[in-house]
Amino acid sequence: MAEPAIAFRLVNKFFGRLHVLKDIDLTVAPGEVVVVCGPSGSGKSTLIRCVNALERVQSGEIVVLGESVTSAGANLTRLRTQVGMVFQSFNLFPHMTALQNIMLAPLKVRRLARAEVEKTARALLERVGIPDKADNYPANLSGGQQQRVAIARALAMHPKIMLFDEPTSALDPEMINEVLEVMTDLARDGMTMMVVTHEMGFARRVARRIVFMDGGVVVEEAAPEAFFASPTSDRARQFLSKILSH
Amino acid sequence: MRYEFNWSVLWSGQSGSWLLQGLLTTLEISALAWLLAAALGILSGALRTVPWPPLRAAAAFYVEFFRNVPLLVWMFFWYFGVPPLLPGAVQDWLFNHGAEFWAGMFALGVYHGARMSEVIRSGIQSIPRTQFEASQAIGLSVWQAYRLVILPIAIRLIVPPATNESLNLLKNSSVALTISVAELTFQTRQIETYTARAIEALTAGTLIYLVLCVSIAAVMTRLERRFAIPGLIARVGAG
Ligand SMILES: Nc1ncnc2c1ncn2[C@@H]1O[C@H](COP(=O)(O)OP(=O)(O)OP(=O)(O)O)[C@@H](O)[C@H]1O
Ligand SMILES: [Mg+2]
Repeated sequence: MAEPAIAFRLVNKFFGRLHVLKDIDLTVAPGEVVVVCGPSGSGKSTLIRCVNALERVQSGEIVVLGESVTSAGANLTRLRTQVGMVFQSFNLFPHMTALQNIMLAPLKVRRLARAEVEKTARALLERVGIPDKADNYPANLSGGQQQRVAIARALAMHPKIMLFDEPTSALDPEMINEVLEVMTDLARDGMTMMVVTHEMGFARRVARRIVFMDGGVVVEEAAPEAFFASPTSDRARQFLSKILSH
Repeated sequence: MRYEFNWSVLWSGQSGSWLLQGLLTTLEISALAWLLAAALGILSGALRTVPWPPLRAAAAFYVEFFRNVPLLVWMFFWYFGVPPLLPGAVQDWLFNHGAEFWAGMFALGVYHGARMSEVIRSGIQSIPRTQFEASQAIGLSVWQAYRLVILPIAIRLIVPPATNESLNLLKNSSVALTISVAELTFQTRQIETYTARAIEALTAGTLIYLVLCVSIAAVMTRLERRFAIPGLIARVGAG
């Protein structure tokens, strides 16, 4: 079997005395799409934020694309150019246009030539379906459009892995699909993805595996069909009944 | 007994040129001190929010130390206390090139830098932490995140309080008369001494300060509009 794209080995994470990740052992294969779900506060965000080292862990090891993220000398810039992240609240830079948001990292981190960067950025806006919004500031874009720009911004560094933390939770219902479609396309193109979401339709269609967390523990890991049809744990059953009832 | 106004004292004799000299000195010392204060304020204000405790502590020390001692004391400190500590050649240069001006400039700049620092810090802290995280997530270093994202947003947000602080600096430049910098207030007092026309001299000084402050405020308001972040100002205004 190929080397995993992401591997958690006995990872423990504390916020002060709060134990938020407990002995996490998890691997994600290249090209795999993993959906992480679970009740609020179960540690889903913290889990994926460890992958690009936005959070540091207290014990255990995380290996991303063959390199340890948790060792003292880890090259975080290199790591973050290979791992894109999309946040619930979009987090576009408000003083830059859509195009400038997308161009920033390739210009400043990769130091590529401006003309080339702009060409790529425009192509990415095309890919996420809003080529005409290049010169809009974030304030003048809808939530769905902002999130698509945020995805384009993450893709601009040509990452090998994409992390999504509830990318559609802040969106009005009519905008959720436009974002999920972009994500579905990405998955189809073979992107390795870890997605925290409660969009169970998306999980069913796109995920290869569902990871269910509760209280900082990975309670259950299963293929979507198995997970939705017959969750093995009580907690997953309770969670699903709540989430699927509306 | 009625006071007889005699406004002509302001343009007869040397008064006019004294006022002009005073105005120019006030502008010069304030502009240089403002640049120093802005640089120190941005640097220390930003350092107070970085993820490294020793740098945060150093910046906090600077701010608390300098803004909690009266400006007048700093004037004396920089004028009487600092030059003897400098190498002889520098001392000689200073005393041939208006030591009091440079001492006053440093006193004003370093003191107001500490106050500007608080303005910058509160601006940075009003930016959601997620902006910093998004910068990190696309691979920017901490330095790049501050230079390209955090500070450009913070500086646009703090134009109103920074304007206020800049006007305080301009007005406080008058304290430099205590170490005999021949700035505007110094010159109005000189006119008063020579002509015994206190009200006329003070009126002239007051009007000049007023015009300066109003013009600076007007320019800053225009800058604020010019560089406003779409969406942000509207929200501040609505809130
Ligand atoms: N920076 C922090 N400092 C202290 N505690 C934190 C911090 N971030 C998260 N926590 C706590 O860690 C636990 C896990 O948080 P996390 O955000 O990972 O949960 P989550 O599963 O993403 O929840 P949600 O569905 O609400 O987003 C929670 O109890 C949370 O309060
Ligand atoms: Mg979360």
